[in-house]
Amino acid sequence: MCSESVAVAKGGQAQEAGVSAGAGPGFMALLRTELLLAIRRRADIVNPLLFFVTVLAMMPLGIGPDPEMLARMAPGLIWVMALLATLLSQESLFRGDYEDGSLEQISLLPQPLYFAVLAKVAVHWLVTGLPLAVLSPLLGLMLNLPAAGYLPLVISLLLGTASLSLIGAVGAALTVALQRPGLLLALIIMPLYVPVLIFGTGTVQAALDGYAYSAQLAVLGAILAAAAALAPLAAAGAIRISLDH
Amino acid sequence: MAWQWFHRLGSPRWFYQKSSAWLPWLGVASLLLLLIGCVWGLGFAPQDGKQGNSYRIIYIHVPAAFLALAGYYIMAICGAIGLIWKMKLSFVVMRAAAPIGAALTFISLFTGALWGKPTWGTYWVWDARITSMLILFFLYLGVMALSGAFSREQSGDKASALLALVGTVNIPIIYKSVDWWFTLHQPATLKLTQASTIDPSMFYPLITMIAGFYLFYAWVLTLHTRTMILQREWRTQWVRELLGQTAPGRP
Amino acid sequence: MEFQFSSFAEFLAMNGHGPYVWVSYLVAAVVMIALAVAPLVIRRRLRREVAQELRLEEARRRAARERAEESRGAVATQ
Repeated sequence: MCSESVAVAKGGQAQEAGVSAGAGPGFMALLRTELLLAIRRRADIVNPLLFFVTVLAMMPLGIGPDPEMLARMAPGLIWVMALLATLLSQESLFRGDYEDGSLEQISLLPQPLYFAVLAKVAVHWLVTGLPLAVLSPLLGLMLNLPAAGYLPLVISLLLGTASLSLIGAVGAALTVALQRPGLLLALIIMPLYVPVLIFGTGTVQAALDGYAYSAQLAVLGAILAAAAALAPLAAAGAIRISLDH
Repeated sequence: MAWQWFHRLGSPRWFYQKSSAWLPWLGVASLLLLLIGCVWGLGFAPQDGKQGNSYRIIYIHVPAAFLALAGYYIMAICGAIGLIWKMKLSFVVMRAAAPIGAALTFISLFTGALWGKPTWGTYWVWDARITSMLILFFLYLGVMALSGAFSREQSGDKASALLALVGTVNIPIIYKSVDWWFTLHQPATLKLTQASTIDPSMFYPLITMIAGFYLFYAWVLTLHTRTMILQREWRTQWVRELLGQTAPGRP
Repeated sequence: MEFQFSSFAEFLAMNGHGPYVWVSYLVAAVVMIALAVAPLVIRRRLRREVAQELRLEEARRRAARERAEESRGAVATQ
């Protein structure tokens, strides 16, 4: 597939929609194009999931098969691995578009870059965060997670991975102009993931301890709302810096 | 007209020339205060009833922690000023502040660990404040790594300024969440955060040390900024004259 | 306000907490001195580099001048 034509098509399509009727249709057009592209690159969807499952299968080999200990560690392990899987898949979020020039085209559109970033992040979440959350009960089963933990695990992952995708987009945008950003991206983004990790595992832990976990979910929701409002702005600024490079 | 000083402040050359007058004063004042504070705190402040003499570490631990946090905000504000007003000097100060802040965070972590051993019986506890400090340390390292990763200086400036700003928004959230996480996991027997009133005889040397650290920070930040200005502007005529005239062995 | 320890050895020992206290102060001092000295080291290196650069330029200029004079001399003798 010729990358240049994709770039032009993407820019053109979004431009038509964006010029005619403000940000809304442009956003939908971008979302549709991005989703189509993401689904065509099947490896990008499957690899983070495989990583997630493989590394979690290593855990009992490293710390021992004791079911009780695994049950106690399961929420934390699953959450940390979900975080790593998201982080690893984030590196390529803007890379292709940066290299084939479509990022530059998108940045020249009359609609704000904010919506373009939001569309890309939404697609990233649809192809990584969502499958991770769907897959997590299976891993809970392997790690002997008690029954009370499944529902909060899935809900907290659904909310949390969306925040992770949004926050990570800032890092991906900051490092997109660099040659090998992998480790640097992890270094700059990990500390910003801390609140999501704490409240994500906190949700599951509270459920396991027999408490209500709606408060933790509410905090996760609040983090998601704040991240959705602010992170694309920061990422858009970062993209402009990177394009300037 | 009123903004003239502001634009002049943006000129690295102007800052370099002006700051050479402040530098000795800052250096002497900070070293004097630090010396007085150390002697006072180590020798003359009374022993603590509960912790004995190990509490004397407070005289470097607390000021370093203060400045580690304040330093991050100073760095982020300088980055913001640079991004908004495209001020060259501001980015230089931001970059100079990163390693200084990281070093002070390291001091506060290290002294905290050494203080923990005789007090809690272990070097490292995942206490809310220690954990927050550790994350702050990582934030500093991230800014430093990112600013160094770009081949073009301006891109590194802007990118790390943006990262510092994102970090600033996150610091209160991180602190609150770590605090919450700690109360969740805190064993009932281990109470680390006790409200305690500090005696004036212990407090005055602490204030002296804090003031000394603030002046030291200002001094070192000025030194680093000046050196970085020279590094960045070494092709300009004024830097060449400045560096060249005292260079040995010039024909 | 008086000195809290009866002897210097006691001051060093600090009731058994000596190592922790002294290592803390020592490490803090080392890091802070390094912070203060680092700009001087960088500046010295920079000064050397700039001096070298200036010397190089000077030499290049002189060589260019000599070459110009030589060619002028050559033209004159022709």
